[in-house]
Amino acid sequence: MTGRRTLSLARIRSLVLVPFLAIVLALIAGAVVMILSSPLVSDSVDLLLPVRAYAALFQGAFGSVDAWIKTLANATPLILAGFAVGIGFKAGLFNIGAQGQFLVGALGATAVALALNDASPVVAIPLSLLGGMAGGLLYGMIPGVLKAFSGAHEVVTTIMLNYVAIFLVSGVIGGPLRGENVTYSRTDDIQAATLPIFLGGAGHIGILFAAVSVPIVWWFLFRSTIGFEVRTTGANSEAARYAGMNPRWLIIFTLSLCGLFAGLAGATEILGDVGYMPASFSTTVGFDAIAVALLGRANPVGILFAGLLFGALQAGAGPMQIQAGIPVQIVSVLQAVILFFLTAEVLVRQVFRLKSDAKAPGELANLSGSYAARR
Amino acid sequence: MEFLYDIPVIGLFIQFVVYLAGHTPVVAPIVVAAAIPVALGALCGFMNERSGVVNIGIEGMMLTAAFVAWWVASIVHGLIPSSPGPFGITPALLVGLAAAIAAACAVSAVHAWLSITVRADQIISGTIINIFAFGITGYLNLLISQNAPATAGSFKSISLPSAITDLPLVGWLFNSFLAVGPIALSMLVSVILLQVLLHRSRWGLRTKAVGEHPKAAETVGIDVIRLRYRNVILGGVFAGLAGAYLTIEFGSAFQGGMTNGRGFIALAALIFGRWTPIGAFGAALLFSATVGIERLIRFVPPEGTLGDILTSIPLEVYEALPYIITIVVLAGVVGRSIPPAAVGRPYERESKAA
Repeated sequence: MTGRRTLSLARIRSLVLVPFLAIVLALIAGAVVMILSSPLVSDSVDLLLPVRAYAALFQGAFGSVDAWIKTLANATPLILAGFAVGIGFKAGLFNIGAQGQFLVGALGATAVALALNDASPVVAIPLSLLGGMAGGLLYGMIPGVLKAFSGAHEVVTTIMLNYVAIFLVSGVIGGPLRGENVTYSRTDDIQAATLPIFLGGAGHIGILFAAVSVPIVWWFLFRSTIGFEVRTTGANSEAARYAGMNPRWLIIFTLSLCGLFAGLAGATEILGDVGYMPASFSTTVGFDAIAVALLGRANPVGILFAGLLFGALQAGAGPMQIQAGIPVQIVSVLQAVILFFLTAEVLVRQVFRLKSDAKAPGELANLSGSYAARR
Repeated sequence: MEFLYDIPVIGLFIQFVVYLAGHTPVVAPIVVAAAIPVALGALCGFMNERSGVVNIGIEGMMLTAAFVAWWVASIVHGLIPSSPGPFGITPALLVGLAAAIAAACAVSAVHAWLSITVRADQIISGTIINIFAFGITGYLNLLISQNAPATAGSFKSISLPSAITDLPLVGWLFNSFLAVGPIALSMLVSVILLQVLLHRSRWGLRTKAVGEHPKAAETVGIDVIRLRYRNVILGGVFAGLAGAYLTIEFGSAFQGGMTNGRGFIALAALIFGRWTPIGAFGAALLFSATVGIERLIRFVPPEGTLGDILTSIPLEVYEALPYIITIVVLAGVVGRSIPPAAVGRPYERESKAA
């Protein structure tokens, strides 16, 4: 174990170089997929298709001020939900449930926002955001309590809860919260709690939540006592127990906190971006967040950059589809390949002839370690 | 019988049971059809987890197989059109099925490599498979659908002679379970076969040993790594069948994300069925029963108070039931489901350990 402050060369390599190389390899793999599939679009193999596609992608993500704002707006929920997964990692918990917590958070924010539709925005906005965080927190608490008191593994319970959340949302939105003058199953428009827009009307202030969260999460994890306990439990739960920490309480606390961030992401999406809640909310933020947290190595700053990268990929995906005819789903392929190369670090090291890291497999390699034994 | 209906609460329960029993023969085929891909997916999970490898990538493997089965079958169909034989079998469908199994096995092999050789986190490996499968099938499907290939059709169910289906009391059982297509039949055979093999064969005993205590297994001369590789890759066969069932037996077209969580339900069925093939199949039937019950209540609700109660429950509650049941089982409220002890832990040979 290296000291807390030391940033050894090996560590920088593991934190920066390997993710970077994984991204490069993923872009190459994406190019190969595009070239191989080009006969499906045109008559012959089109070797220049990836060039056109990536140019359009880059243009759509960074080519103008609007593109930058689109990138930031897409990155916001990814970063917030990325914390929901990343904080869990630090405690040795695998929170696959960010998607469900995101949905329930969105639902909570919507319910409060609709109830306060006639109130002043000064009251409505903070309360609706709190509603979202409370929704996510309570939903994250469920797997926490189950794990702490009966040992039910959080991976399986959160996967199940993701599906329960889908039906919960569709039941509540289709039932009690269904709007009066709407054509399909959705709520009325949210009035008072709509997040103010700035940056020339192109972005909403939700972007600031992500920016503010980064130092808060960093401080929490690396400077606060409870953050230290969370990380100790993650590194060695037996040692944490002998040091007098209470693993049960820490599990519940951590998963609730994870849920809070995912819930905030959901609230931001509804209040800032969508403006109402549909009964079927088609989003994959909570799943993408797993990729974000892994790419960011569960580090708040890493998650910020990973979220920005995936936000940029999503912002550029639309223009890429229009200009180069490459379906937006390629972004999922790129994400999966990035994760693949991160996971198979061995492969990356061999391709680029890097020296192997003494402490490999890295800190994330053995997270779920004992699917059964940790009960 | 009718007088029993008046007992408070218990009367309602009796009415409910009578209502369900009365409609079972009609609903059963729907329930079985819904249970087949789930049970096949659970068999894939069984092969993995019994030998000590977690697989949450079943969903992605099924989705890949569903796409490949449909795509390959429609390409072959365009090259050699032919009239269907018994079971609706055509060369195109057979090639599609083989390709689906091969594709799922290939994905399984990647999972095996990551989780056994690289010793990476198995949950992450499964997550990668799910994201990748969702992306690549959606990507290719959009590109292909611009040329809209003709579908190759689908396997047909056998029709049993009416002498069998008309049998009193049990006729509907044969009708639900045996009047099915070839992939569904292969599932029934596999469940029974694997259940027997697990407890009665050398392979089954070795697999159990490797899943429970790999070190002990290694000391008695079992090659843990090889057995795990073989079982995980063979597990792909069942994910392949499950995916193919969706696009070339139950339906005949592919849609992006069409597995719709069945891979995760399969995982739930495996847990609920306590990691045995028969148990998983039973759980798949139970979970799918909620589909049947939901349809029944929507289209032919019972009369009186019972009907009022059942129809006042949002349909979403019925849909969420399989997931809730699984959570309750996991929490040990109904009964503890204990996974193989070595599940999720990569195996490291003594000699190689530091």
